[in-house]
Amino acid sequence: MKKICLVVVGLYIQMLSAFSQSLPADSSHFHSRKLTFEEANLVSSYYHQNGDHSAVTGGIGTEDLTDIANVIDVKLTWYNKHDHKNNLDLEGGIDHYTSASSDKIDPSTISSASSRDTRIYPSAAWSVENDKNRTTIGVNASASEEFDYLSTGLGASFYKRSKDNNREFGIKGQIYLDKVSIILPIELRTGSSSGNREHNDYPTTPRNSFSTSLSLSQVINKNFQVMFLADLVYQQGFLGLPFHRVYFNNNSLKAESLPSKRFKIPLGIRSSYFAGDKIIIRSFYRFYKDDWGILSHLINLELTFKATPFFSVTPFYRFYTQTAATHFAPYKIHDPSDTYYTSNYDLSAFNSHFFGLGFRIAPPNGIFGNTHFNALELRYGHYLQTTDLNSDIISLNLKFK
Amino acid sequence: MQTNKAIKSMHIMKKVTPYLFCCILIATTTSSCSTVKEYQKNKLNDAEMELSSRKVEKTELNFQSYREGASGANGGKTGGGCGCN
Repeated sequence: MKKICLVVVGLYIQMLSAFSQSLPADSSHFHSRKLTFEEANLVSSYYHQNGDHSAVTGGIGTEDLTDIANVIDVKLTWYNKHDHKNNLDLEGGIDHYTSASSDKIDPSTISSASSRDTRIYPSAAWSVENDKNRTTIGVNASASEEFDYLSTGLGASFYKRSKDNNREFGIKGQIYLDKVSIILPIELRTGSSSGNREHNDYPTTPRNSFSTSLSLSQVINKNFQVMFLADLVYQQGFLGLPFHRVYFNNNSLKAESLPSKRFKIPLGIRSSYFAGDKIIIRSFYRFYKDDWGILSHLINLELTFKATPFFSVTPFYRFYTQTAATHFAPYKIHDPSDTYYTSNYDLSAFNSHFFGLGFRIAPPNGIFGNTHFNALELRYGHYLQTTDLNSDIISLNLKFK
Repeated sequence: MQTNKAIKSMHIMKKVTPYLFCCILIATTTSSCSTVKEYQKNKLNDAEMELSSRKVEKTELNFQSYREGASGANGGKTGGGCGCN
């Protein structure tokens, strides 16, 4: 009887297992390997500046400049056979500027080639995220070309997240191998180098930059996060610009001369804090020191008011201060016996204030009801330097998803 | 001799202090953090809470790096390109 019971129970269990559904494999982590369009951003800006300390004319003269910039970046993703997420960021930028001071490189012409120019700068960055190890490894390449300057850049990065995803450490290495065309002010050109020339006629000289960036981001609590940044930058080569004039105290004239090496240490801290439900406070502080004698502090504060979850207004203020580079002196102050000399006011001692307002709209059903048109951001800023340089910039960011 | 040593150590202190300050700041901040679970990160994940510069700031950062002697430590470029007009 016992045997019969056991056989019946055994048969029943077998029947149950025969008719029951088998447990499907966990599909919650399934990722399509197809190339996916993540987002595209179009950033356009109009910039206008004015001042009276142009380096082209030896620290005096107009700095009037207008620049129109357009940058588009596209982010694509896909998963490889190891289920690692691949990110590809493609970016293309084009700036067109007109500069009254650059026109003074060769004032004998009505308008020299440098009075207006176009800069084109494409770049690509590829990274692979490994969720198992919580690491991201990436490489990038970039280029930038304008009439008198060619830059090529290569870089690599590594990021590691903590187990709880609340901390991330990053290290990035970057190399820029640049070429500066030697375009001297018209008075300093000799025989064969005078007159109008084509782009390839000017000799070039290298300028190389090597940088390492370290970053550590940390979530403090559910409203507050911070990030520490430290860069080490070393530059070598021709670090001045050949068309920057320097007038000496004996009325003689030479092209700017600066050391062929520069070592920079910028250290920064960023934070963002969600106060209550409607206000976000973002801040950035940077300490900077280099071996040309510049020491600077930068503080940037932004206060975002979220009128609704999809519309926000952001007033911002940025204060910057720097000491002068050792080799800087204004118009006709340098002595001809000086080894290095410049009258470029970008390297003088000054304070600057930058303030303005930004708007951001990101409705859930898209801008103008277009679900692919994800967000629109508009920002205006006014910049004031104690050297009397002032400028205005208006920027627009359109985001598509 | 003693004075020279004192001046030297003052110089070293001056150089070391900012770095020491940063180390202490990092240590104190990271040690007082609470573990935040993924489902508690709705505010941290807000698009305007990002710890990097906004996309719309891209060209602002460009002009600031040309018009000022200092640059870097903002996750952006520290060299390359020019636009130094």
